[in-house]
Amino acid sequence: MPELTYRDAIRAALIEAMERDPTVLLLGEDIGLYQGTFRVTADLLARFGPRRVIDTPISEEGFVGAAIGMALLGLRPVVEVMTWNFSLLAFDQIVNNAAKVRYFSGGQVDVPLVIRGPNGAGVQLSAQHSQSVEVFYAHVPGLRVVAPATPADAWGLLRTALRGRDPVIFLENAALYGTKGPVPEGDGALPFGRAEVARPGRDVTIVAYSRMLLVALEAARQLADEGIDAEVINLRSLRPLDGETLVRSVAKTHRAVVVQEQWKPFGAAAEIAATIYEGAFDLLDAPVERVTGADVPMPYARELELLAIPHEADIVAAARRVLYRGGREAS
Amino acid sequence: MPNRTGRPDDSATSALATDRRSPEHVASAVAWYRQMVIARRFEEETERAFRRGKIGGYLHVYSGQEAVAAGFLAELRETDVFFTAYRDHAHALFRGASPGAVMAELFGKVTGLARGKGGSMHLFDVARGFYGGYGIVGAHVPLAVGAAYALRYRQEDRVCVCFLGDGAMNSGALHEALNMAGLWGKEGLCPLVLVVENNEYAMGTSVARASAVTDLAARFAQYAIPGERIDGMDFFVVRETAARVIAHVRATGRPYAVEALTYRFAGHGAADLFQPYRTREEIEAQRRRDPILLLERRLREAGVLDDAAVARIQEEAEQIVAEAVRFAEESPPPGPEELQAHVYGALPDA
Repeated sequence: MPELTYRDAIRAALIEAMERDPTVLLLGEDIGLYQGTFRVTADLLARFGPRRVIDTPISEEGFVGAAIGMALLGLRPVVEVMTWNFSLLAFDQIVNNAAKVRYFSGGQVDVPLVIRGPNGAGVQLSAQHSQSVEVFYAHVPGLRVVAPATPADAWGLLRTALRGRDPVIFLENAALYGTKGPVPEGDGALPFGRAEVARPGRDVTIVAYSRMLLVALEAARQLADEGIDAEVINLRSLRPLDGETLVRSVAKTHRAVVVQEQWKPFGAAAEIAATIYEGAFDLLDAPVERVTGADVPMPYARELELLAIPHEADIVAAARRVLYRGGREAS
Repeated sequence: MPNRTGRPDDSATSALATDRRSPEHVASAVAWYRQMVIARRFEEETERAFRRGKIGGYLHVYSGQEAVAAGFLAELRETDVFFTAYRDHAHALFRGASPGAVMAELFGKVTGLARGKGGSMHLFDVARGFYGGYGIVGAHVPLAVGAAYALRYRQEDRVCVCFLGDGAMNSGALHEALNMAGLWGKEGLCPLVLVVENNEYAMGTSVARASAVTDLAARFAQYAIPGERIDGMDFFVVRETAARVIAHVRATGRPYAVEALTYRFAGHGAADLFQPYRTREEIEAQRRRDPILLLERRLREAGVLDDAAVARIQEEAEQIVAEAVRFAEESPPPGPEELQAHVYGALPDA
């Protein structure tokens, strides 16, 4: 298996799709001449030309809406939002048009649209550029929401997204673009709604997605040093959510910690915890713990930003709590 | 190309007069008169059905504006596509949807155009190129721009028509979309006809109270999109404009806008009972511009329509609408299996 960065895995999936399927085209701000803010689309303008790699004006509602129109007419547009924060300007298009038009037309249309870009915090971009927007979209029927954590995830989930018939919210992470990992040669497409057991374990289930998976895996390594064998679930997909894998894991460990970067109230972890309660209430030996970002707009100062984002230590502490091993850390 | 004054062009009308002598054109005009009579009768019946509790939600009727959709749809090819907002019943009918299927949609029946899942605001007939009625003012304009791009991307000579109201002219979505349409049009990649149905009111807010610039046609110029203003009550004027503009857009791949001055005889929606924003006198005055009566008069003057023909067409309209109501009433509602259907398409085989 070749090693690729997360960035190059996404780029490779785009190139593969564009070479295979002439209906695939890209739109976004500065994706062409500028090569993409995070260089995911580097060189693609030269390779595929301006009809297929469209530099748009700063008009999120306009170009997301236009991409929906393209999708209705049978093209397969991939929209880059420079960051998911800017998607809020297109929220109406995504929620009221992309997600629902199949339904309110009585099934007369497909919307094979992928919207992708970086989501989340961690690089000192402060309040307007550091949000984790996954629940805004995961709440909405008609959308599929995926959040790859590794280069293989990014490659496999994007390959599936580029063959589907529905709008896909594809959540990348700026801090992950440079991370490396093996990517399967050949298809390697990953089904939506299927989580991965990233680390098998017996004592506690840690559920994470996107960059928080890496944090959870590091926490699991630290827990192993204290003799706690954590199982780490990489969700990959939030909508659909793989409740089956969650319940199967909790049936084994009887304890769960759910990690999310976003604000705690009404967040993904609440939905994940509820799914565990609904499917495995009798199997739990402790209440599900949530490890989340601080409930504040993201501050700029590095010290404050670090306080606002979940870390390995938070997950370790939560795992101890569900195991009733509070001894080494007051919490 | 057309005048840039934003006013109806006399030369267009005279050219039409010549054209109007051809037998095909006369027959077609009578056929469109009949379509407009049916649409008017259809809308009267929807208002009645709403009062009877047969139609729920919102109901926005098209009475008064018929010449606009009729004139443009008369000139669209079968393979062309179009989008509109939520005042969409007549657009579906004019494009050939069965009146029964339209009425059934309003009645919330599974035999409706959208299986009873869209309602009055979301009529769709994709097989006929009708990509939908949309309920968020202005937000369908970006879709139409993208659709137009898709047609030219595929190197087809189809065009896309986007109907919108005067209210949409002040929405952000429209302005973002128009800018892109202008940009893409420079490359010949946006074969889009924008038809502003200016019926003078966005719900209860008049154009003068909502638009700093009330010459809506002129506002397209800032996006490098030519715009002209026409009398939207005169079917012949609309149709002639449509023929010329659609041909231009098809040939160039560049967008073009037409502001059709029209008027809505009914309230904004079925709940708009008292219409405190306009006077009875104003409505009565506008009714003298009724596009159906205007067309009828022209056709009578041309000697192709007489009392007997008018009576026959009205009788047919009556029957067609009665049959549509009967079909809608007798159709079953969507079954519970429809609740979850059509939320998603099939997942790809991964």
